[in-house]
Amino acid sequence: MTKKELAPKIKMFEVEAPDVAAKSQAGQFLIVINGKEGERIPLTITGYDTAKGTVSFAFHEVGKTTKALGLLNQGESIDNITGPLGNPSEVKNFGKVLCVGGSVMIAPLLLQAKAMKAAGNNVTTILGARTKEFIMMEDEAKRYSDKVYVATDDGSVGYKGLDFLKDLLKKEKFDRCVVMGPVILMKDVSEITKPYGIPTIVTLTPIMIDGMGMCGVCRVTVGGKMLFGCVDGPEFDGHQTDFDQLILRQRTMLPEERLSSILWEMRGGCKCGRS
Amino acid sequence: MAEVKPKPKLNKKAVEMAKQEPKVRAKNFSEVALGYNEAEAQEEASRCLQCPKPQCTTGCPVEVPIPGFIKLLREKKYDQAILLIKTKNALPAVCGRVCPQEVQCQSKCVVGKMGEPLSIGRLERFLADWERDNGYALPPKEAPTGKKVAIVGAGPAGLTAAADLVKLGHEITMFEALHVGGGVLSYGIPEFRLPKAIVQNEVSYIQNLGVDLRLGNLVGRIHTIPELMKNGYDAVFIGSGAGLPQFTGCGGENLGGIYSANEFLIRVNLMKAFQFPDYDTPIRIGKHVVVIGGGNVAMDCARSSMRLGAEVCLLYRRSRAELPARHEEVENAEEEGLVCKFLGAPVEFYGDESGWVKSMKCIAMELTEPDAKGRRGVKEVPGSEFTMDVDTVIIAIGQTPNPIIQRTTDGLQSDPRHGTICVNEVGKTSLDGVYAGGDVATGAATVISAMGAGKRAAKAMHEYLMNKK
Repeated sequence: MTKKELAPKIKMFEVEAPDVAAKSQAGQFLIVINGKEGERIPLTITGYDTAKGTVSFAFHEVGKTTKALGLLNQGESIDNITGPLGNPSEVKNFGKVLCVGGSVMIAPLLLQAKAMKAAGNNVTTILGARTKEFIMMEDEAKRYSDKVYVATDDGSVGYKGLDFLKDLLKKEKFDRCVVMGPVILMKDVSEITKPYGIPTIVTLTPIMIDGMGMCGVCRVTVGGKMLFGCVDGPEFDGHQTDFDQLILRQRTMLPEERLSSILWEMRGGCKCGRS
Repeated sequence: MAEVKPKPKLNKKAVEMAKQEPKVRAKNFSEVALGYNEAEAQEEASRCLQCPKPQCTTGCPVEVPIPGFIKLLREKKYDQAILLIKTKNALPAVCGRVCPQEVQCQSKCVVGKMGEPLSIGRLERFLADWERDNGYALPPKEAPTGKKVAIVGAGPAGLTAAADLVKLGHEITMFEALHVGGGVLSYGIPEFRLPKAIVQNEVSYIQNLGVDLRLGNLVGRIHTIPELMKNGYDAVFIGSGAGLPQFTGCGGENLGGIYSANEFLIRVNLMKAFQFPDYDTPIRIGKHVVVIGGGNVAMDCARSSMRLGAEVCLLYRRSRAELPARHEEVENAEEEGLVCKFLGAPVEFYGDESGWVKSMKCIAMELTEPDAKGRRGVKEVPGSEFTMDVDTVIIAIGQTPNPIIQRTTDGLQSDPRHGTICVNEVGKTSLDGVYAGGDVATGAATVISAMGAGKRAAKAMHEYLMNKK
């Protein structure tokens, strides 16, 4: 396993898993388990290298599990990686594609931007985050895109908020839009693109356990239908998605997540004595 | 040695098996039934008539030689007795605990015509537990055939097929999508009914027979079935189970606090949420839990909820007489405090401002005349709606097969309505060399019926492999 810090508390791991790497495609995800008592965490694939037999993923250290995962050192191994799961992104020559990524999801978005570019699309990429520190991978974005915009919530770098996107859509015509990021970003972008009729694909990140259709905790409402994030998605039509329900469902275990994180910190952040 | 004739005065009562007291067990996840000790096992075994034409074996889906193992048990040849069981049944510690013996072997037992039938399951369990404490011997294996078989899913069907085929000399690779083996035995059936250490012991027995178990390997995503066949496997057995949960379709079903039985059981059993926060996966359960459904899965959810501290009400749309759950499970659950509400169905769920369920509207049902199969239908009683306050709802109304394999295997015929893979009586699918069995072929059923299917398929696959050039 090799490890890279992309932004404060955002890390990217590249792990050896040849079987997984051989089948991975943009848009799919992995289930990662760290430790015997660990949860199954779904993480979107950010890259794969079939020659090296590696697959990579990025995560934001927010709760106990991701913080503990972030403590793993270069060269250590992870208990279990299952994947690739979910359906791959639809990649073909659409014409002009707008890719919007927010914070940690910038990493998998760029994998898709790269694939879109390779398929002959003209790619415009927007990198978004709360503040300047979380804008990451700008160089990679430039490599795979014809144009790159940066926007932050507080305006500390690039545009402030998403108003510029409304102006951009008045001037330019896009054939497709893909958004990966916090639910609120996907919701906002979907609302902005809707009047222009731009097909907008969002990558939903509901709570998951098995990640292969067994538990149903990842159920989402899209177009009035109950679908499973893991086997029917994770990509869905942003104009049909019930984002408010997803936000509520993502929060159902927040008190438990907080408790777990607090207890973990109290125990010194790590039970096994690793610094 | 002459067979000891049973004493003329037959004890009509079976020897009771000790259980944890309801009040105690309702608060812990330790196993409820404690098993026979040696004296109890001997006493119970002495009730066997050793019929010359035993009926019990005809009731067993995997044809365990029941009178034979009981004879060896009586002679205290426990090691030989368990080996004899294992010639037919690779998972005796599991079957001794979760098989519905009352409708299988024990329903045919001749002693049962005069009193209580012989407790065959408890004796099987006694021997399996004896073996676990005393170490097991591996059965002999046929010479290698040079044939390779892929088994998809390490649940009851797959484990059984794998054990039979590896003993016949084939090279077996077993692909399991989850991070532990056992399938439903690990993720579905709770600890207090089937301790996970016992499941893992059975899985490692299969591995020690020489089966290569690959965990976290989802067939359909890493390798598809056609790829397996192309990459050197001579045959494939699909035993991927019925993992896709069904929902009611009622409004408000996506509120927080409404779990599918699968989600609830996966959290509690597989991910050990009952030990949260020592284990990372949480479960939130309020004071008032309603479990919708009436099968064994519903009972497992209800009994687990009680152990997590809740008051549980079971809502079932038919009446007590139609409950599909094992009688013993219903009895156990009620002793532990389960309240059953029969002839009722959900209509709609309502939530609080945070999106968590707080109440549900239900409607009373009435039974209709039995259909051709003798099963009674239900219809709503107009105007009978009522509301219940709830903190958690668990939906246990059935599972269908996971569609990933069907979607990624060209030419594999499946039933469009139920999603089950179509097979003939020995488990052959529409594809040459590809077999399937268990819940993926039948829809959700029992552990032992899946094992029976695994066994039949293994036999057919062996013939196929040996005739294949």
